[in-house]
Amino acid sequence: MDGNSAAGEGAIRAGCQCYFGYPITPQNELTEYMAANMSRRKGCAFIQAESEVAAINMVYGASLAGTRAMTSSSSPGMSLKQEGISYLAGSELPAVIVNISRGGPGLGSIAAAQSDYFQATRGGGHGDYRTIVLAPASVQEIVDHTHMAFDLADKWLMPVIVLADGMLGQMKEPVQFHHEAPEVLPIRANALRGAKGRPSRFIRTCTSNVSEVEDLNWSLFRRYQLIQKEETAFDAFEVEDAEMIVVAFGIAARMAKGAVKNARKDGLRVGLLRPVTLWPFPYDVIGELGDRVKQFLVFEMSMGQMLEDVQLALKNKAEVSFYGRPGGVIPTSSEVHRVISRLYFQKGLGRL
Amino acid sequence: MKKVFGRPRFLKKTPFHYCAGCGHSIIHRIITEVIEEMEIQERVIGIPPAGCSVFAYYYFDVDMAESAHGRGAAVATGYKRAYPEAVVFTYQGDGDLAAIGTAEVIHTANRGENITGFFVNNAVYGMTGGQMAPTTLCDQTTTTSPFGRDPRMEGYPLKISEMIAPLNGVAYIERTAVTTPAGIRKTKKAVRKAFETQIRGLGFSLVEMLSPCPVNWKMSPLESWQWVEQVMTKEYPLGVIKDATGAGNAG
Ligand SMILES: Cc1ncc(C[n+]2csc(CCOP(=O)(O)OP(=O)(O)O)c2C)c(N)n1
Ligand code: SF4
Repeated sequence: MDGNSAAGEGAIRAGCQCYFGYPITPQNELTEYMAANMSRRKGCAFIQAESEVAAINMVYGASLAGTRAMTSSSSPGMSLKQEGISYLAGSELPAVIVNISRGGPGLGSIAAAQSDYFQATRGGGHGDYRTIVLAPASVQEIVDHTHMAFDLADKWLMPVIVLADGMLGQMKEPVQFHHEAPEVLPIRANALRGAKGRPSRFIRTCTSNVSEVEDLNWSLFRRYQLIQKEETAFDAFEVEDAEMIVVAFGIAARMAKGAVKNARKDGLRVGLLRPVTLWPFPYDVIGELGDRVKQFLVFEMSMGQMLEDVQLALKNKAEVSFYGRPGGVIPTSSEVHRVISRLYFQKGLGRL
Repeated sequence: MKKVFGRPRFLKKTPFHYCAGCGHSIIHRIITEVIEEMEIQERVIGIPPAGCSVFAYYYFDVDMAESAHGRGAAVATGYKRAYPEAVVFTYQGDGDLAAIGTAEVIHTANRGENITGFFVNNAVYGMTGGQMAPTTLCDQTTTTSPFGRDPRMEGYPLKISEMIAPLNGVAYIERTAVTTPAGIRKTKKAVRKAFETQIRGLGFSLVEMLSPCPVNWKMSPLESWQWVEQVMTKEYPLGVIKDATGAGNAG
């Protein structure tokens, strides 16, 4: 199954009731999958919206009503969704947004890139907020992360982004689904569904009282601190005896893993650290590795965005090098292998 | 003794923040009266805009949720598709609906979403201090058309109601004014008919209400009311613009 369709099926099996999308390559198969599988499903809604702005605001509406709602797009469309994501965050409403990202800036290219890292991990829209960002590295993980995204969104009452890329979206891999689509679609408790048997309520961010807005910001901040503590996820590969650690996420981590395996065959003590959640970012684990390992290599399909988080985590304890291919160029595993070897020998690190 | 006039049940006791003579407070009253009469309060959800009526949820005693500027129709669409038993209305100014939210309202209307739009046309951006709106009349001075709106530079007043009326998804559109007792009665009938259209599942319904903004028009409340009747209605003729409900004229 291709990654795009897998995200769609994963969402349906997670109880997604409403999907609103707008065509953009390389995520069209996801919107098409939802058109084919949601519009006739009992109680479900599918709309091809007039824009990404409309789509995310429809998601906001469906989330108000307590349903599991989702939209997806690729980089240029993600820029348009930022308004709605900010309102979702401020209104403490869950939603899932899948970004099958591509090369930018501007219209850029339709090929895979990882240059939406800043946008995804820094909130992306206006105001002090964060979104949880999951970075799958396989089609199977797209399925699992999409499901997880709905659970996390409901648990923390906030928008969650699944940040994949054009390559993961397009590539076909065998997948397993561990959940059946629920018979009864979940409706969130305390959703806004009419003042029946209770006083009327409203949901808003706007108030003329600045201290209310300050209180909201503090309450979000405290929640974000808890999320950093509880939800940070990463994957470590061969880091125990490593003298050099490669840090990469998503599809780049997969290329890097192949490269690390081959470097190990050459006798190089190299390991891989893959952040699975990009926000919250695994600062602590990288920082601890920096107490022992003195050389890091960040590899991204961008000009270096996660790089800044790795530098923050290491606090100058270790040297950080960077290798990146931006704009939609797809590097190869052997290319990364060469970069690893060159850096390794240049720094005079020891063989196994 | 029989009570002949009182506060509508679903209008909260909070004093309005609106300026003296403003149409928003009258329109709030009309909508809440209809909600009470139709006994739909338990399934109504209102979507107020960014605009002077941003705090409508302080006054309406029904469930409400904020919308980003201009996105009310999309929010209402998502809500209604998620929860079709609800009676959903947007409340939008002319900047909100006819400028930044144009795409959303056209496509919501065209899809024939079963929602109701209340479109408050006061020919200016009230909340931000009286700038030109798409609905501003030719020669009308505003803070961003200080020498009067020049159609050669700023275009002509945009008539959204007439624009969307031909769309097949639209079931009912009426334009009213809230500046005379007769106009208020007509508005109330139109509001009821719009809700009925939605409940019957006939498609998109919209009531455009010409509404005074004395402060930004730099007029007394009385002058502003006369201006609606004598000047605005010439550009924006009152009456039913479309009725495909099969139930005849609301007025
Ligand atoms: C994205 C965005 N742009 C601009 C604004 C500022 N803004 C708030 S209300 C408004 C227009 C209000 O005019 P109108 O819709 O006619 O409503 P009125 O205040 O006259 O009732 C604007 C431009 C905003 N809130 N959001
Ligand atoms: S500025 Fe105009 S629209 Fe706004 S409250 Fe005052 S009179 Fe009403």
